[in-house]
Amino acid sequence: MKQLKKQLVKAFGKNSISESFEELTLVINSEDVIDVCKQLRDDFNFSILIDLCGIDYLTYGESDWNGNASSSGFSRARQAQQSSVHKEQRFGVIYHLLSVEDNQRLRVKALLSLDNLMIQSVTNIWNSADWFEREAFDLFGILFENHTDLRRILTDYGFVGHPLRKDFPMIGEVEMRYDEELGRVVYEPVSIEPNVNVPRVIRK
Amino acid sequence: MSEMRNYTLNFGPQHPAAHGVLRLILELDGEVVERADPHIGLLHRGTEKLAESKPYSQSIGYMDRLDYVSMMCNEHAYVMAIEKMLGLKVPERAEYIRVMFDEITRIMNHLMWLGTHALDVGAMSVFLYAFRERETLIDCYEAVSGSRMHATYYRPGGVYRDLPEKMPQYLESKLRSAKKLEEINENRQGSLLDFIEDFANKFPKNIKQYSDLLTDNRIWKQRLVNIGIVSADRAKQLGFTGPMLRGSGVEWDIRKNEPYSVYEKMEFDIPIGVTGDCYDRYLVRMEELRQSTRIISQCVKWLKANPGPVMSDDHKVAPPKRGNMKDDMESMIHHFKLFTEGYCLPEGEVYSAVEHPKGEFGIYLVSDGANKPYRIKIRAPGFSHLASMDEMSKGHMLSDVVTIIGTQDIVFGEVDR
Repeated sequence: MKQLKKQLVKAFGKNSISESFEELTLVINSEDVIDVCKQLRDDFNFSILIDLCGIDYLTYGESDWNGNASSSGFSRARQAQQSSVHKEQRFGVIYHLLSVEDNQRLRVKALLSLDNLMIQSVTNIWNSADWFEREAFDLFGILFENHTDLRRILTDYGFVGHPLRKDFPMIGEVEMRYDEELGRVVYEPVSIEPNVNVPRVIRK
Repeated sequence: MSEMRNYTLNFGPQHPAAHGVLRLILELDGEVVERADPHIGLLHRGTEKLAESKPYSQSIGYMDRLDYVSMMCNEHAYVMAIEKMLGLKVPERAEYIRVMFDEITRIMNHLMWLGTHALDVGAMSVFLYAFRERETLIDCYEAVSGSRMHATYYRPGGVYRDLPEKMPQYLESKLRSAKKLEEINENRQGSLLDFIEDFANKFPKNIKQYSDLLTDNRIWKQRLVNIGIVSADRAKQLGFTGPMLRGSGVEWDIRKNEPYSVYEKMEFDIPIGVTGDCYDRYLVRMEELRQSTRIISQCVKWLKANPGPVMSDDHKVAPPKRGNMKDDMESMIHHFKLFTEGYCLPEGEVYSAVEHPKGEFGIYLVSDGANKPYRIKIRAPGFSHLASMDEMSKGHMLSDVVTIIGTQDIVFGEVDR
């Protein structure tokens, strides 16, 4: 791994590589994704894209106890979290690469802002990215340029919203039931209240 | 001449060969598949979102329900991710128990796969034999965790409890004679380890029984040989892992290449295929059954000789003993904090992967220092396998689609999450 780190530092500069928990992370500019990935596949033998996923950093590092915790008693964790911090680069796309040949792994991370949720698709570099990108689009709303078939994949037909975003409520926004008079299923706004049994705490 | 048109067929989501809730839109030219478009997500439960709202230890149960035919392997990846971040040492005995149950799980999964795969292709009896042995293994699950499927047995820091000294026995019943009762209780006289040892001794004979029924069977070969060929390069491109990748001739097994737990102390071989068709993958998985039995025997031997703790004594993570809680203030506080708030992980991110029966099962965990995960991504092997459905079935007959679903060993719990 040390050798790989050296080579990566040589190729991409010192600041973009970090090591933690015995894993390497390479942070890249979202515009360079195609060039970097091609280089990683061809020069560094990362022949398999193990995983691709999105992430939303909206409430990163915030706990339920901050703010007016004591004034509102047990309802404190019931309200949807309102983020006070504006995050410049709220979203991220994370690639997990594996080199079967050299027995090495690498994590590549590209950050995106809400105004520009576009990133180049890597389906031409690793074909396995196809469904993973559809999933990231479905759950986070990240758009992959040049993806040939960017449809929703996990959520229901006709679903609205991106459920894994931090501002999407846990209980969802609509509920479905069968309406006997209309003789079909209908969607209505959710009738249950959000509830958090264990508040989120951060202890250093 | 009449006009020829492609025919679009809707396969599933309620079709016995769809292995759950797969909906396939097949475009057919006669009986030849032109295009296959799998629609997934009919079993989407939002596991990742749910896990984000719960303390770490409360999500172990969700892991069982991902791939619901190889429960403990899923748990293993999850607890390993937490242990990696906390830097937690797991007692050696717990590691051996985990490896043993990982392999028991692998056999359970492969038996399920073998039975249903054969059933899809038309061989009825293998299913019955495979489920006979699977029942024995489910009994091991039950003896150790109290639950036949969703065990929640692995915990950060070890396993929930040590292996039981006594194997539960069948009771007298009006439905069976005294002689029959004695017969079915024969291998349950000793401890769980004796029971597993007995299984490991008998199982190779059973594997032979399955392969006698299938390996040289003419119909079985006609249905599997040269169906769904994937070359090694394509397998890598498509993100295959596990038996799917090995079936295409790539020697890659996380247990060997990045050994976790105590796999480096185990002796076993990695089978690989040559042509990369369904038959090769069948042979690979059959050999894995034999190798898993080998690992189980080694674990049983070690576990019999080495008693010891099975849970870490770091009570910030592992619950204290109930007896201690009654007269020890510190244990009391530990217990209270653990079950009301849980424990906080340091800020950072890890990816932990295990060699799951179906391929690489990975947990990508992002923590911002809280008692709940900030983001958890479950990398399910079946997801990328199913994504290759279009490529694998192109140019094959409609009935081969069923063989390909079988060979991919799809379980919707993990694909849809």
